Amino acid sequence: MIEIKDLHKSYKMGSNSLHVLKGINFNIEDGELVAIMGSSGSGKSTLLNILGMLDGADSGEYTLDGVPIKNLSETKAALYRNKFLGFVFQSFNLINYKSALENVALPLYYQKVPRKERQEKAMQYLDKVGLKPWAHHLPSELSGGQKQRVAIARAMAAEPKVLLADEPTGALDSKTSYEVMALIQKINDEGNTILVVTHEEDIAHMCKRIVHLKDGVIVEDKKIEQVRAEQYV
Amino acid sequence: MFNKDRWREILEVLTSNVWRTIFTAFGVCWGIFILIVLLAAGKGLENGIKKDFGDIATNTMFMWTRATTRAYEGLPQGRRFEFKISDVQAIRDNVPNLRFISPRNQLGGFGGNNNVVRGIRTGAYNVYGDYPEIINQDPMAVTSGRFLNYNDITEKRKVAIIGLGVKNDLYDKDEDPLGTYIKIQGVNFMVIGTYKKNNSGGGEEGQKEIFVPFTSFSQAFNRGEDVGWMAITANDGSSISVLKDKIVSVMKERHKVHPEDTRAVGYFDLYEQYNRVESLFGALKAVAYIVGIMVLLSGIIGVSNIMLIVVKERTKEIGIRRALGEQPWSIKKQILMESIFLTLISGMVGIIFGSLVIFGINSLLDSVGPVDMFMSPSVSVGVVSGALTILMVSGLLAGFIPAQSAIRVRPIEALRTE
Repeated sequence: MIEIKDLHKSYKMGSNSLHVLKGINFNIEDGELVAIMGSSGSGKSTLLNILGMLDGADSGEYTLDGVPIKNLSETKAALYRNKFLGFVFQSFNLINYKSALENVALPLYYQKVPRKERQEKAMQYLDKVGLKPWAHHLPSELSGGQKQRVAIARAMAAEPKVLLADEPTGALDSKTSYEVMALIQKINDEGNTILVVTHEEDIAHMCKRIVHLKDGVIVEDKKIEQVRAEQYV
Repeated sequence: MFNKDRWREILEVLTSNVWRTIFTAFGVCWGIFILIVLLAAGKGLENGIKKDFGDIATNTMFMWTRATTRAYEGLPQGRRFEFKISDVQAIRDNVPNLRFISPRNQLGGFGGNNNVVRGIRTGAYNVYGDYPEIINQDPMAVTSGRFLNYNDITEKRKVAIIGLGVKNDLYDKDEDPLGTYIKIQGVNFMVIGTYKKNNSGGGEEGQKEIFVPFTSFSQAFNRGEDVGWMAITANDGSSISVLKDKIVSVMKERHKVHPEDTRAVGYFDLYEQYNRVESLFGALKAVAYIVGIMVLLSGIIGVSNIMLIVVKERTKEIGIRRALGEQPWSIKKQILMESIFLTLISGMVGIIFGSLVIFGINSLLDSVGPVDMFMSPSVSVGVVSGALTILMVSGLLAGFIPAQSAIRVRPIEALRTE
C-alpha cells in the first residue's frame, strides 16, 4: 500500500538547516495497523505529514497504492488527500460551527457527492462510531472522546485507502484512549490500513507493528502481538 | 455558484460576528449611498437649470443685423442694412441640414408703450410677425382656436393668436376671445386662438405676446421686404454651432458686408450656451462619481480588511478543509463569494436608503412647491445597475487579497496554528 524509499527531509531554521528525516525506508501492506513511535523531535510527525501529502519530501520516493507521490500541485495534492487519505488529529480538528453530521459529510462534499447521499452516508458512519444520537450536536457539545470518534468517522467517510492518525489519543484520558483505540482496531479488522503516530507504549502495543524512529532514522521495526483494547474499556 | 451548502456557509460566516459584519457593511453602504445621493442631487440641479431653457428647440440660433464696421465695395463703414425675406430662400439654398428658418418681425418690446387696444382696455405687448413654423422653435400650447397657418400667410389675413396674459388683460374672466377684434397700432386683427407657454424662463412676459402672420405684419406695419431677425434651427443630427458660420457668411455676401466684419451680423447661439451648461453637468456628474467612488473605496478597504481577519481567524479551519481534500480554488471561491456577497448586500441597502432619501426630497419638493434651480432629483436604472456593477467588481477586488492569502498558507502550517 505504502512504499517509502530513502526519504529525506530538512527544515531551514534561519541559517541553520535541521535534518529531520535521514533516509527512511519502509513498506506498509494492505490491512496493516502500524504504530510509529519516537520521542518528540524524532521526526515521526514530519513523516506522517509527508505521508499525508501535507508536506513534501526533499528527496526519496513515496508510492501510495501504486501512485508515485511527487511534485504535486496543491490542487492535485488536495485531490489525492481526498481520495486516498483520512486524517485523525490529536486536537480533533473538527470545524466548530458545523454539527457532527456536517463535519463527517465534509470530505464527501469535496467529492461532490449529492447532498442527500452525503447525509445518509455520514449518518451511517456516525452510527458506526456510536454517535448517531449526537449527529446534530456541535463539537462544543461533545466530550473529547466523542469528538475524536466524530473525527474518525469523518476520516472514514470518504473511504480512504489509508487512515493516518497523529497522536489520536494524545488529548484523551486513558479510558477514552482505549475506547478510541478499540474503534481503530475495529476499523482495522474490517481490512483498512491504518497508521498511528504515538509516543505512548500501551497505545503502540494495540497495533500490529511498531516502527521506532529516533533522530530521523528507523531504529526498530517489529511485528507484535496485538493487545485488544476492548478488555480495558 | 448556486450551491446550497456554499451559501449556508457564507451566511454562517457572516452571521458568526454580526456586529462586525454590520459595521463593515456600513462602510460600503455609506459609500454607495453618497454616490447615489450626489448623482441624484446633480440630476436635480440639472433638471432645475434645464427647466429654464424651457421647451425652446436648443439646436437654434438667432440672427440680426447691426451697423457695419468696415467699408466694403464702395459702401461706407457704419452702414445699416436689413435682412430681406429673400434671404430665407438664399440660406435654404446654400446651407444644408437646416430644419426651420423663421424670419420674424416685432413690435413693442421691453418697456414699450401701449400698442394694443380693445374697447376701453389697452396694453403693451410684444407683437410678432411670424411663419407657422415658429411654434416648433418657440413651443407653446394652443389652448383655444388655432395657430397660424400658410393660408394666413398667403392671403395676408389679419388674424392674431394671443397669450393668456393678453387675454386676462383685455378680456373679462369668462369672455370668449375667439372671433373678437383687437387693435394693434390702429390696425384691427381678429383673434383666432389663445396659447399658454410652458416656458417658465419667459415668466409673465412669455404669456404676453401676440402672434400674427408675417406677411400681414409686414403690410400692416410698413415693413416691406424687411426681416427683423431670424430664428434658425438645424436638423437633429447636425449642430447649429457648426452651421452658423456658413449662414452668417451667406448673409454677409448678399448684403455686401466685408467678409471679416465680425460685428455686422449679430447672432446668439443657443446650442453653444446649452452645451456649456451640458458640459457643466457632465463635470458635476464626474465629481459626484469620483467622490462617491472614493467614499466607496474606503468601504471596500474595510471589507478587504475584515476578510483578511476572517481568513486569519479561519486559518486552522482552512487547514482542516485542505487536509480533508478541499481544492485551493474552492477555498478561494468561498472567500471571494463571501466578499462579493457582503459588498453587494450592503451596497443594495445603501441604494435603498439613497432611493428613500431621494423619494423623501421629492415629496418634500412636491409639497412646498417648485424651488429655484432644483427639480425632481433622480437616478436612472442605468446608474443603479452601474453602481451594482461597481459593487460587484469592488467585492471581487476586496476579496482577492484575502482569498490569495487563504490559499497561500500551507495546510500543514494552517493545522499547526492553535
